[in-house]
Amino acid sequence: MRYFAQRFGFFILSLWAAITINFLLPRFMPGNPAEVMITRYQGRLNPLVLHSLELQFGISHQPLWQQYVTYVQNMIHGQFGLSITYYPVPVISVIENSLPWTLGLAGTATVVSSILGVLLGIFAAWKRGGMADTLLPVVTTFTSAIPYQWLALLLLYIFGFSLGWFPTAHSYSATLSPSLHPAFIGNVLDHAILPATTMIVTALGGWLLGMRNNMIHTLGEDYVVFAEAKGVTQKRLKYMYAARNAMLPSLTGFGMALGFVVGGSVLVESVFSYPGIGYQLVTAVQNEDYPLMQGLFLIIAVSVLLANFIVEMLYGKLDPRVKKGGAGRS
Amino acid sequence: MQTSETMERQTPILEVDHLTVVYETAKGDVIAVRDVSFSLYPNEIMGLIGESGSGKSTMAYAILRMLKGAARVVHGTVRILGKDIYLLSPEELRKFRWSHFSMVFQSAMNALNPVMTVEAQVIDTLKSHRPHLTRLEAKERALELCELVRIDPRYLKSYPHELSGGMRQRIVIAIAIALEPSLVIMDEPTTALDVVVQRSIMDQIRDIQMRVHFSILFISHDFSLVSELATRIAIMYAGQIVEFTDSHSLEDRMSLHHPYTEGLWNAIPKLANRNIVIEGIPGGPPNLLKLPEGCSFHPRCRYKSEICSAQTPELKTYGTYEIACHHVLDKEGHHD
Amino acid sequence: MSIQNDSKSNRLRTFPGVQAIRNFLKDTRAKTGIIIFTFFSLIAILAPVLTPYNPNDNNFVPLTPPSLQHWLGTTGNGQDVFSQFVWGARTSLSIGLLAGLISTVLSVLIGMYPGYRGGWMDRIFDTITNVFLVIPSLPLIIVISSYVHSAGPWVIVFVIGLTGWAGGARVLRAQTLTYRNRDFISAAKLGGSSELRILVWEIVPNMLSLIISNFMFGTLGAILAEAGLEFLGLGNVSVVSWGTMLYWSDSGGALLMGAWWWLLPEGLAIALFGMSLALMNFGIDQLTNPRLRSDSLNKKKARIKRRESNANI
Ligand SMILES: Nc1ncnc2c1ncn2[C@@H]1O[C@H](COP(=O)(O)OP(=O)(O)O)[C@@H](O)[C@H]1O
Ligand code: SF4
Ligand SMILES: [Mg+2]
Repeated sequence: MRYFAQRFGFFILSLWAAITINFLLPRFMPGNPAEVMITRYQGRLNPLVLHSLELQFGISHQPLWQQYVTYVQNMIHGQFGLSITYYPVPVISVIENSLPWTLGLAGTATVVSSILGVLLGIFAAWKRGGMADTLLPVVTTFTSAIPYQWLALLLLYIFGFSLGWFPTAHSYSATLSPSLHPAFIGNVLDHAILPATTMIVTALGGWLLGMRNNMIHTLGEDYVVFAEAKGVTQKRLKYMYAARNAMLPSLTGFGMALGFVVGGSVLVESVFSYPGIGYQLVTAVQNEDYPLMQGLFLIIAVSVLLANFIVEMLYGKLDPRVKKGGAGRS
Repeated sequence: MQTSETMERQTPILEVDHLTVVYETAKGDVIAVRDVSFSLYPNEIMGLIGESGSGKSTMAYAILRMLKGAARVVHGTVRILGKDIYLLSPEELRKFRWSHFSMVFQSAMNALNPVMTVEAQVIDTLKSHRPHLTRLEAKERALELCELVRIDPRYLKSYPHELSGGMRQRIVIAIAIALEPSLVIMDEPTTALDVVVQRSIMDQIRDIQMRVHFSILFISHDFSLVSELATRIAIMYAGQIVEFTDSHSLEDRMSLHHPYTEGLWNAIPKLANRNIVIEGIPGGPPNLLKLPEGCSFHPRCRYKSEICSAQTPELKTYGTYEIACHHVLDKEGHHD
Repeated sequence: MSIQNDSKSNRLRTFPGVQAIRNFLKDTRAKTGIIIFTFFSLIAILAPVLTPYNPNDNNFVPLTPPSLQHWLGTTGNGQDVFSQFVWGARTSLSIGLLAGLISTVLSVLIGMYPGYRGGWMDRIFDTITNVFLVIPSLPLIIVISSYVHSAGPWVIVFVIGLTGWAGGARVLRAQTLTYRNRDFISAAKLGGSSELRILVWEIVPNMLSLIISNFMFGTLGAILAEAGLEFLGLGNVSVVSWGTMLYWSDSGGALLMGAWWWLLPEGLAIALFGMSLALMNFGIDQLTNPRLRSDSLNKKKARIKRRESNANI
């Protein structure tokens, strides 16, 4: 319970930090970017909308703390204002339409790459000094240094344009309308394969290397040696005694890893015109649609924080040491 | 307890024959165990004493065939119940080890998997060797073992971090005797514990051994611990066994001993604290990479003569003792 | 014996000691890493000497494939790809290394000093570190850069450097904590050294390999972030860097027109340069963490020995 409270407190704290960053950035950036934007939209937008933009971005005579209170309240209630790009659609609707795509894409990529990476890491460490252990870490140092956008472009060109195996853009064919029909789901998967592969290939190495190193460390632990002596089978030794413990530190790095994947999905979605949060973020940035951009950044942060929180709860279940108040981690 | 004569006639549980173990290092081979031979008979408790770093654990691991990393058995054999364990296939070894011989590790505090309950780890041991055991039977056996090591059965559902050091150690002992082995090697099983807990564990080990009967190779650097439990005692110095004696003779100042044993004996009160260098023996443990010529103890020995640095003394029998020293008999006169 | 062992693990590791450097060089992976790293560094340093044309010169026939005149062909805008590639190396490597340096300095300051001091200061900075660790950095960098219009290389260096310190700070803090109560630190304290002195002269040298490894990953992250930002057109697209090259080749539809030479070199170079950093880090890892060593040679030797010993038995 104490662990839960502690982690929840941290979740709230980071959420507050993300909102505050959003609030402070346009106000303290040199050159007053918000004012520049608003002047540019003068006369093109409804005066009421302009006024609310001014309030949102600090072009007002209210004291800073008052602006801050209003701002935090609005953010908590999901009142992100109207998108300028999709005027007069509210930012929250744009988010609602794009979030599921990113969750699906980045979520799948994270799950697949972490499972695959962890398994390969276990394998490499177990066959210490063998072929796989020598090659895999080196190969993955290359794959994890590949720029997302570059790999995305290559895959798009080879498997999309040249070979024509996969669609080259969007999340589903324009001829279909969204439903739970198998044909539609198949179509969605078809569209997701190339972007997901891009993210899996680049994210795999981190998981693999982390798991390998933890596993090698764990294989030297006394309880693994003792278990081997007492005659548990190799398979049980590998998974129940070594891997089970080696996984725990990997899990604590999950939040950071997820952040990378989400960052990558901005670039990947932009290459594949995949209508997720990342794609919208780029659109918003290119159109200087600050309300949309702020809303998207916040939702990205919230998603990562939430996923991290869930993993931390899972961690509490997997490591019995944290129940009693967190001996397992700080 | 049996006398040593009746033991001689039985087949030994453990036969170590000319065992030599080295660590291969960048600077050369560290000879951690050197030409060690001895046998252990049913129900016998043998003590093995030596300073920290003298090669006791290395020998124990070699007997268990659990040497890791740079350590190699370069010579000799280890037989358990007549079987050369180095000739077993990995799967044969997995099955044979623990059902016939087991070990309580020096680092028993960390020998339990932090993410499994105590019960699961006991059951794991049982089921790994007896796959046909039902869960219920395994649980019953776990309960039985708990009682044997005097642990409240409700702790079976606990995780290791919830138990005290003494309790963890008792669980490890329970796991070691779970399959009723004929031999249990105990490598400094009480070192990490405070004196009171140490006492009660020692009493328990004796008590359990009397109830379920198995041989023990009890390793320690602590003279008093070993002499109250073991009947026969081996003294190890720089990887070699320099003396076999018995616990009675250790209390008798006048009986024959290796000069190193004498030194250890003079230092008994100091030994309880591991970090204090043994008083009565000048100098420190030798460099195992480059042992002194002849008797490896000679740089620290006050009885040494020319022959000591020229010729390695062999173990020789003196009554019921065996001692490897050129001057055991003549040093009597020097005795103060 | 136990006294000796303890003092050994506590003794100051003098880094970079001769032995440490020798071990580092012995590792094939580290060696490969150094070679690749040096290769790209030389390209960047020698850019003016190496390039036949001005990278912005757009008087050539667009989209010509690699030839003797244009080793890597020309862009859709009629520039020489090779010249752009070489000058781009200069920009991208400088941005990466500088941003990596900034984030490492921040990691050291934020992770090590409060970590060493302990108390409330440590708790506050540790919490801040953990918060920044979970706030996704590329989106944050994108948001910041969008407020700064067409950010030049310097701005990008600072934005990336200022957002990328959290991971390193956490690792360095954890390591600092393990040093706080070591014997040689206590000795230095008793000797009357000030806290800052101890940190700088006793702890930092011991953690140098960890700090260097941090710098390498910081640089790797920075180069990828730079490429990402430029690719989205958030930097100054008239500056020549590997990132802007990707931007122009994508917006110019390089692949659709079959102009692979316009896209492949810079992407491959980023991946290779990043890989060289990670490879060198393997060498460092093995210095600090001998358990990770996977020395196949040793194993082979051991196997042979083993067979011999079995024959003896
Ligand atoms: N991994 C190793 N590499 C090299 N030498 C080792 C290694 N482990 C132990 N040794 C050496 O072997 C000797 C015996 O160690 P050990 O068996 O642990 O002694 P004990 O159990 O009597 O304290 C020690 O002197 C030590 O220097
Ligand atoms: S052989 Fe010589 S040096 Fe060795 S113990 Fe005996 S008297 Fe001392
Ligand atoms: Mg030992």
